[in-house]
Amino acid sequence: MPDVDVIVVGAGPAGSAAALVLARAGHSVLLVERGPFPGAKNMYGGVIYPRVLDLLLPGWWDEIPIQRWVTRRATMITTDTQALTVDYRTQAWGEAPYNGATAYRPDIDQWLAGKAEAAGATVLCATTVTGLLRDGNGRVVGVRTDRPDGDLSAHLVIACDGVNSFLAKEAGLAGKPDPANYTLGVKETLALPKDVIDERFALRGIEGADFEILGCTQGVPGGGFLYTNLDTVAVGAVLKLPALAAQQLRPEAIIAAMKAHPAIAPLVEGGELKEYSAHLIPEGGYRMIPKLVGDGLLVAGDAAALCLAAGIWLEGVNFALGSGMAAGQAAAEALRRNDTSAAGLAGYRQRLEAGFVLNDHRKLRDAPHLVLSERVQRQYPAMICNIVEHMFHVDNPAPKPGLRRIAAVEVKRAGVRLRDLAHDAWIGARSFG
Amino acid sequence: MSGTDRIATRTATAWPERSFEDRMATVDFRIHHEAHITVDGDACRGCSTKACLVACPANLFVPTADGGILFNYEQCFECGTCYLVCDTEGAITWTYPEGGYGVVFRRT
Repeated sequence: MPDVDVIVVGAGPAGSAAALVLARAGHSVLLVERGPFPGAKNMYGGVIYPRVLDLLLPGWWDEIPIQRWVTRRATMITTDTQALTVDYRTQAWGEAPYNGATAYRPDIDQWLAGKAEAAGATVLCATTVTGLLRDGNGRVVGVRTDRPDGDLSAHLVIACDGVNSFLAKEAGLAGKPDPANYTLGVKETLALPKDVIDERFALRGIEGADFEILGCTQGVPGGGFLYTNLDTVAVGAVLKLPALAAQQLRPEAIIAAMKAHPAIAPLVEGGELKEYSAHLIPEGGYRMIPKLVGDGLLVAGDAAALCLAAGIWLEGVNFALGSGMAAGQAAAEALRRNDTSAAGLAGYRQRLEAGFVLNDHRKLRDAPHLVLSERVQRQYPAMICNIVEHMFHVDNPAPKPGLRRIAAVEVKRAGVRLRDLAHDAWIGARSFG
Repeated sequence: MSGTDRIATRTATAWPERSFEDRMATVDFRIHHEAHITVDGDACRGCSTKACLVACPANLFVPTADGGILFNYEQCFECGTCYLVCDTEGAITWTYPEGGYGVVFRRT
């Protein structure tokens, strides 16, 4: 008999969701976490969209440890001296059932792991899984940990071991990683008094703001973000790895330039650095998703590259939760039928395909490439800002040019070919439409 | 005050950045006595790109006078950037630190 029914590796949102589902189904579950507490190793772009929890933890909004409910969502397109901001605000997102929230991952991840524990899962922190245990046929039958006598056996292992997933690689589910599929997220958490944040961002109570910024990364493909916690603001950048290395720009220098931007500086000025952090993001989308199951093994969350980085939609925690829940359900089903082979675990992919996780990823499969392309990153921000500047610039005594004329002039000035513009519009329409 | 005085320029709003050491001092690290990442300085001597030097967010890779690289594991974010950008097979050996050790994020 194995030690437990299921070992879940990694107590992030994917792992805790899987463990919670399995514990509720009556299985013995061991949730192994290498940090001293869940979330200690985790960092993200700041906004969680928890509606998927309606299915798992009804009434979650009464207790989830968030910072602020996002009622103001802005997208900023910038050049060094210009900024066009699409600034949307709705009070509906400040009341149940809410939409997005800013939150600290150590808070969220500990809360979720606590839910799994309360349902009967055992949470084992400060324990690094160093490899998979397999039987003679290659089936996964447990994990090796760095504890003395640290081998642990199970009917099933669920790898929720994050973006670098050594377990998915060891099992042969993921190949050698291509750096072009990854971005580096770097972030500064800056302390400011709550009333200063409220005033600068036009917020009341625990309303929050989330800004996504294009064109602020010094030519390294990626983007910037700025959002409000209760008494800190977080400012950071997401940077495509090969370009970051090639362009000889240090990540913290890119954040410094962002903070000095005329549209951003007044919002963050005087903030005292409380924590600097960095983490990788799997941004390759649908095409980078590894095989999701092997004999005795499932992969979920960032370990399965299920992070959605599609420009206007930047979501990860909800995809981790959704995939972790589906993995837990498929695992429970396989245990019930006593077939934990890869074929017996096929229900996992079916569940992801039936739900938002793989639906969104398939639909948006071309978006990550488009968003990180040279034109979207370098040419379009300047072109769009110049069109708007041209529109609102009063150049008397010259009469006003028509908007079509302005667009034609600025597209040409930006060096954008109409053929490329049409192509990108088509990809954009197909992805986002 | 004239009209032009009030226009903020990019340089006027920049403020001095704190030192990199101060930046890293804001992060909690529980340091294990064994390095979880090792760098083969000999392999690095033949590398012309040395992408790790610029990409590591914790700035832990230090070039040596003889063209090699020294690595300081103690303030590592465990992000994985270095091994992904590394062009030299076998130069960087990467594992996670012992359970309970390494970076501990708080407000991330």
